[in-house]
Amino acid sequence: MAMTVVRPAAYEVVRRLDLSDVSFLVEVRDPDVARAARAGQFVMVMSHAGGERIPLTIADFDRERGTITLVIQAVGKTTREMQRELRVGASLHALAGPMGEPSRTEGVRKVVCVGGGLGVAPTYPVARAFKQSGAYVIGVIGFRSKDLVFWEDEFRAVCDELIVCSDDGSVGIKGLVTEGIAQAISRHADIDELIAIGPPVMMRGCAELTRPHGIRTVVSLNPIMVDGTGMCGGCRVRVGGRMRFACVDGPEFDAHEVDFDDLMSRLRRFRPEEKLALDRWEQGCRIAAPADVPSG
Amino acid sequence: MGKKRTIRTIPQERTPMVQRPAAERARDFTEVACGYAPGEALREASRCLLCPDEPCVRGCPVGIDIPGFIERLGEQDVRGAYEVLSATTLLPAICGRVCPQETQCEGVCTVGGTLEPVAIGRLERFVGDAAIAEGWASVPSAEPNTFHVAVIGSGPAGMACAADLAKAGCAVTVFEALQQPGGVLRYGIPDFRLPNEVIDAEIGKLARLGINFRCNTLVGRLFTVEQLIRDMGFHAVFIAVGAGAPSFMGIPGESLNGVLSANELLTRANLMRARDFPAVDTPLGTLGRVAVVGAGNTAMDALRVSVRSGAETVSCVYRRSRTEAPARAEELAHAEEEGVDFNWLTEPVAVQGDGERRVRGLLCRRMALSEPDASGRARPVPVPGSEFELECDTVVFAIGTSANGILGRTSQLELDERGYIRVDQDLETSMDGVFAGGDIVTGAATVIEAMGAGRRAAGSIKRYLGLAAAEAEHVPASDGDGMLFGLGPEQRGYARVHLA
Ligand SMILES: Cc1cc2nc3c(=O)[nH]c(=O)nc-3n(C[C@H](O)[C@H](O)[C@H](O)COP(=O)(O)OP(=O)(O)OC[C@H]3O[C@@H](n4cnc5c(N)ncnc54)[C@H](O)[C@@H]3O)c2cc1C
Ligand SMILES: Cc1cc2nc3c(=O)[nH]c(=O)nc-3n(C[C@H](O)[C@H](O)[C@H](O)COP(=O)(O)OP(=O)(O)OC[C@H]3O[C@@H](n4cnc5c(N)ncnc54)[C@H](O)[C@@H]3O)c2cc1C
Ligand code: SF4
Ligand code: SF4
Ligand code: FES
Repeated sequence: MAMTVVRPAAYEVVRRLDLSDVSFLVEVRDPDVARAARAGQFVMVMSHAGGERIPLTIADFDRERGTITLVIQAVGKTTREMQRELRVGASLHALAGPMGEPSRTEGVRKVVCVGGGLGVAPTYPVARAFKQSGAYVIGVIGFRSKDLVFWEDEFRAVCDELIVCSDDGSVGIKGLVTEGIAQAISRHADIDELIAIGPPVMMRGCAELTRPHGIRTVVSLNPIMVDGTGMCGGCRVRVGGRMRFACVDGPEFDAHEVDFDDLMSRLRRFRPEEKLALDRWEQGCRIAAPADVPSG
Repeated sequence: MGKKRTIRTIPQERTPMVQRPAAERARDFTEVACGYAPGEALREASRCLLCPDEPCVRGCPVGIDIPGFIERLGEQDVRGAYEVLSATTLLPAICGRVCPQETQCEGVCTVGGTLEPVAIGRLERFVGDAAIAEGWASVPSAEPNTFHVAVIGSGPAGMACAADLAKAGCAVTVFEALQQPGGVLRYGIPDFRLPNEVIDAEIGKLARLGINFRCNTLVGRLFTVEQLIRDMGFHAVFIAVGAGAPSFMGIPGESLNGVLSANELLTRANLMRARDFPAVDTPLGTLGRVAVVGAGNTAMDALRVSVRSGAETVSCVYRRSRTEAPARAEELAHAEEEGVDFNWLTEPVAVQGDGERRVRGLLCRRMALSEPDASGRARPVPVPGSEFELECDTVVFAIGTSANGILGRTSQLELDERGYIRVDQDLETSMDGVFAGGDIVTGAATVIEAMGAGRRAAGSIKRYLGLAAAEAEHVPASDGDGMLFGLGPEQRGYARVHLA
């Protein structure tokens, strides 16, 4: 006899959009999570029964449609496989959330929301939440080049000012997001807070930039997680010399207190295993390939 | 029953249980202890003196009628024995396997005064396994009522409470944060001690009672305890979220790569099946030489999972001596047989790195025991100048857990100083209609105590809802029809299946 052991949402993919060769967006049906989700939170996802539980930020949610949007960068076995398998109509095996503490927007009158690369996606709901709470929002989004730009219009709609940066200068100002932040700081003396989401090096760069200005700075940390419920301790990070669990105490923390070296080294914990899994998977794909693609 | 048994007439030796040889079992996750065959169970049952003063019953945290079930077993009425057990316990196949019997029921068994005590746990397991194999279940007597109850957490406390309430006719929904139900039984205790099939069988029984399981549901975040009652139509709530948050020692080097909590190691290996990596996606990492800190059940499980997962060497580091080790005696003995190297009276001082933020070793010092402390256990004090480095690549902390903060910080629930949920003698929390029990109230305890708390809470919830005959919903299905070993197809199955 089949047991009812999941929430009856089935976690079906209702929309899919490829943002680049290595990044894509899926809109997933889950009315419960869509209703509860708040900016800054994430979900734990398993794409199949033997899959890994991985954390993904809720990049958007639509309470009416009962969906959440995930923006995923295909970096290793799990996310590459999701890139290949998660078409419209496919379903995730498991989805739990929303997890983590929501972003705090109260009392902030002027804020800079910084997203770097794929970090642009998780920054979006945070910027929107600040806008809704009445803050003046300055968006700073950075990409490597013009063809990787996404969600510029979405950002414009929730920002009072938007600064686009690109490494190669093909769009917006040339330079890293820190260039954009420097511009914003020079134009506004009354910034209450800056929030930055992106690769750890970028977040550290932002923290170092704002430190001398005494601007309160928040970053969303991305350590390796297993359960996401505070039970394994795998996601522990060092903040202000104390051990914190990113999945329940975070993922947002005071950037000036975060030990980024610790975070970055802990992200390398499973390097050999990640490589093995990816190599093995790619080999599987190559072996499977002749059946899908007729030679010639 | 024939002549009265005495200590002299019963079989003097405790009936041994067949165990797989250490060299063989240390390479797989198949169960170590094979269970009694019917003849063995019968022989062991005949060692019980059926003491009128029943000391063993008082040794059991939930007061199982031990002579009662053993007597039925001795009469070859396994179904009857199961009915006796079912009056008190929901999970005989599980508790028979994992209870620390030596400090509970068997520790006070009369026979144990002279000989080895009656193997109560093994007999209980025998009956529980028979019930699973035959598809028996105790039969509910109440008609479905209109009450809806939410249970948060699917460990032993949640399971027991859900079962009692379903049997009393309530519509019960169990919310579980992880993707599979079972709590510590699933993610913590490994298959070689408690096979998944046993957990699945118990959960399956609950599902057939009409209990609804909702996995992937983190209460507190997806909805709050308040919302369950205010908006979602539940008339009462039972919180059984366990004490899952792992502790670390706060010594230098704990964030080095290669340091992890026992919970992480066990969750990866058990729930996520990392031992099959790369056939599954979750890695366990290269263990190399493993040092596990602690000597409770969690530590034993971490040690023995490491042995089975390709570790080169596996050592245990514990600051007291073997006598004080809190693990079940059987697990400790099994770990020794499987080649774990025990460092008693040894305390870690720092985890040492190799310069590239990976573990190189564990700096330890020797301890000596002095007078007993407040807990009555001998207090370990460091031996000056005894520092030494235990070379290792992985350090696993199995030094206890504390309350998870999610429910506390997302509700108005009153907590105690340590973050556990405060309850009154009926297990009711500071919120009306919200009850709590198991590890989230007592701190880390045992499966049987959690189960007992779940049943007590169910009793309180029934009274709270005004259900009649709150304590007496159990009706034995067997009326002494003298069931024989191995007999069974015509036996009654489940009485009520669905709820409106
Ligand atoms: C709170 C949080 C939010 C996140 N949000 C997003 C998001 O919105 N979009 C997105 O693309 N990525 C996000 N990530 C990162 C994402 O979880 C990882 O990229 C993913 O797990 C990689 O899995 P893989 O098997 O494809 O790659 P792997 O080859 O296994 O790993 C590649 C790298 O990803 C990291 N990683 C691996 N396993 C995990 C894990 N279980 N948990 C966390 N990190 C891991 C490690 O740094 C690793 O070196 C988030 C991480 C966290 C902690
Ligand atoms: C490794 C290990 C070995 C052990 N060995 C033994 C043994 O041999 N013998 C013995 O008697 N005892 C043993 N114990 C102790 C025993 O397992 C526990 O005392 C018992 O499981 C506690 O039961 P519980 O129902 O209170 O909670 P748990 O079993 O901890 O279950 C709680 C459940 O609630 C879920 N949950 C948590 N928060 C939420 C939320 N917000 N929303 C939804 N769900 C949530 C968790 O995911 C979990 O599944 C062991 C413990 C461990 C960790
Ligand atoms: S539940 Fe545990 S303590 Fe009680 S009788 Fe059974 S084995 Fe003994
Ligand atoms: S104390 Fe021992 S011998 Fe006496 S009834 Fe209990 S199990 Fe039997
Ligand atoms: S992911 Fe396990 S405690 Fe945070």
